[in-house]
Amino acid sequence: MTIAIRLDAPATMPLRFSPPIGGLAGTSFKHEHLAAILAEGPQRGFFEVHAENYMGAGGAPHRALEAMRRDHPLSLHGVCMSIGGPRALDRTHLARFRGLVARYQPALVSEHLAWSTHETGFFNDLLPLPYTAATFQHVCDHIDEVQETIRRPILLENPSTYVAFATSTMSETDFIRSVADRTGCGLLLDINNVFVTATNHGFAALEYLADFPLSRVGEIHLAGHAEQSDDEGDPLLIDSHDGPVADAVWKLFEIVIQRRGPVPTLIEWDSSIPDWPVLKAEAARAQAILDRAHAAAVSDDRHAA
Amino acid sequence: MPPEPSTSYAAAIAPALLDPTRAVPTVVIGPNGKATEKRFGVYRNNVTVSLIEALAAIYAAVLRITGNDFFRAMARFYIRSSPPRSPLLFEYGRDFPAFIKRYEYAQSLPWLADVARVERAWLDAYHAADAVPLAPHALARIAPERLASLVFAAHPATRLVRSPYSAVTIFAANRSAEPVGRIDASTPEDALITRPDVEVVVRQLPPGGAIFISCLMAGCPLGEAAAMALKQAPTFDIAANIAGLIEAGAFTSIAPATFGDGR
Repeated sequence: MTIAIRLDAPATMPLRFSPPIGGLAGTSFKHEHLAAILAEGPQRGFFEVHAENYMGAGGAPHRALEAMRRDHPLSLHGVCMSIGGPRALDRTHLARFRGLVARYQPALVSEHLAWSTHETGFFNDLLPLPYTAATFQHVCDHIDEVQETIRRPILLENPSTYVAFATSTMSETDFIRSVADRTGCGLLLDINNVFVTATNHGFAALEYLADFPLSRVGEIHLAGHAEQSDDEGDPLLIDSHDGPVADAVWKLFEIVIQRRGPVPTLIEWDSSIPDWPVLKAEAARAQAILDRAHAAAVSDDRHAA
Repeated sequence: MPPEPSTSYAAAIAPALLDPTRAVPTVVIGPNGKATEKRFGVYRNNVTVSLIEALAAIYAAVLRITGNDFFRAMARFYIRSSPPRSPLLFEYGRDFPAFIKRYEYAQSLPWLADVARVERAWLDAYHAADAVPLAPHALARIAPERLASLVFAAHPATRLVRSPYSAVTIFAANRSAEPVGRIDASTPEDALITRPDVEVVVRQLPPGGAIFISCLMAGCPLGEAAAMALKQAPTFDIAANIAGLIEAGAFTSIAPATFGDGR
């Protein structure tokens, strides 16, 4: 008699763990940096990619990602799932996303609290949603579907926004906390988004952070922003990812790390991309803050013992 | 019937994103009674500019030829008439060459659409599935009397673009950083695009070469494809062409032709 032991996970999902990513700083991975990164050899840190850029069948993008993944933890950051949209998720897109998770076994998987598709149109931007009982239900259903499909929890990122909705019945932090409680997803805290949104809506970033469920944060994003002005001539910050992290955002990051302890932290830089040493230096600055917090925690433990 | 409240935010916002003549949707508000024109304008700008950038990345030679202002204006018209349907931006702009052909202000550049078709084929080859190309000596092991009945399987990256203009020369000159000299645009050119490993290569085919490979890609036996090529170009060199195509990595395998009985 033979006893067959079957795994519930589909055959395309190898049960293989990613290297630990603990209190590491990382950067966006850009193809123009590939040669410089490989020339340096394996280094401390992780790399994050936009999932959609690797949804082609083959060729150079996959070859580059395989080379990076061989020596470094990877973070897979989805940009187009439209989790915040009222319509059903695009199953074809979700299947492609699942395929990438299975193939590259990323240490982190994340998506946005936003929408980018409606009916048949794709808008290539992270669009805002009202925070209501109805959108709460849609967002939770969509996250459940993603997590069931890829068979692991995702991290949900807080948005940067420029407008609000009169129909909203709850604050963004309440909405996000409730979604995490309901779906079991983790959170990606984008501190630049907090700063941008707080400025644009006239509240204090620290208040938002005080309301944010920091214990559920599994990754932090830091990025640069640009400044424009609104119709009244007041500052309107744009989440542009095209420059260094602002001093105010670094300050908020230090405060969050003091409260939360070290969390994987990414420097996002997606346009006007600098040479690799510039991006690497930004990550080193984040790493120094993470390492200081780690050393302080270890020292506290010793004193307590 | 009015849309249900839970879907109305996306239904209200979506049409206004690409149409600047539409008013800012009333579902959005500014904080503390602030106006929404510039605030909503950020989303409008993000959508249009990011799609223009996507087209500029795909159609880099067209951008260099037309210059930035011309390209952005043309791309803006195109985006409004053909917004993307897929979240994969490397799939976007498949009908941009056809749009360029019709575009009123590009009529003085009749070859521009064909340059765009070469660029589109280049990107498709770049993202195509990986496959090991046919080995250079593959034909050497075939008995001469069986050569004519061979059929070829195209590599997933292989593309053919035919043009009544010098589209390949213009493409190549404008995808490099070098200055572009005068080009006689009136010579018909056919482009073969292949990607045997990771690097995409664009070649110009000799007379008869395009009909030859398009027959082979359609599954015709070698003998039939060669006859078609010779009919069009009496100087067509079969041996040189087949060797050139194999060297370019255009195929992945060969097999004897299958007939009605399966052999």
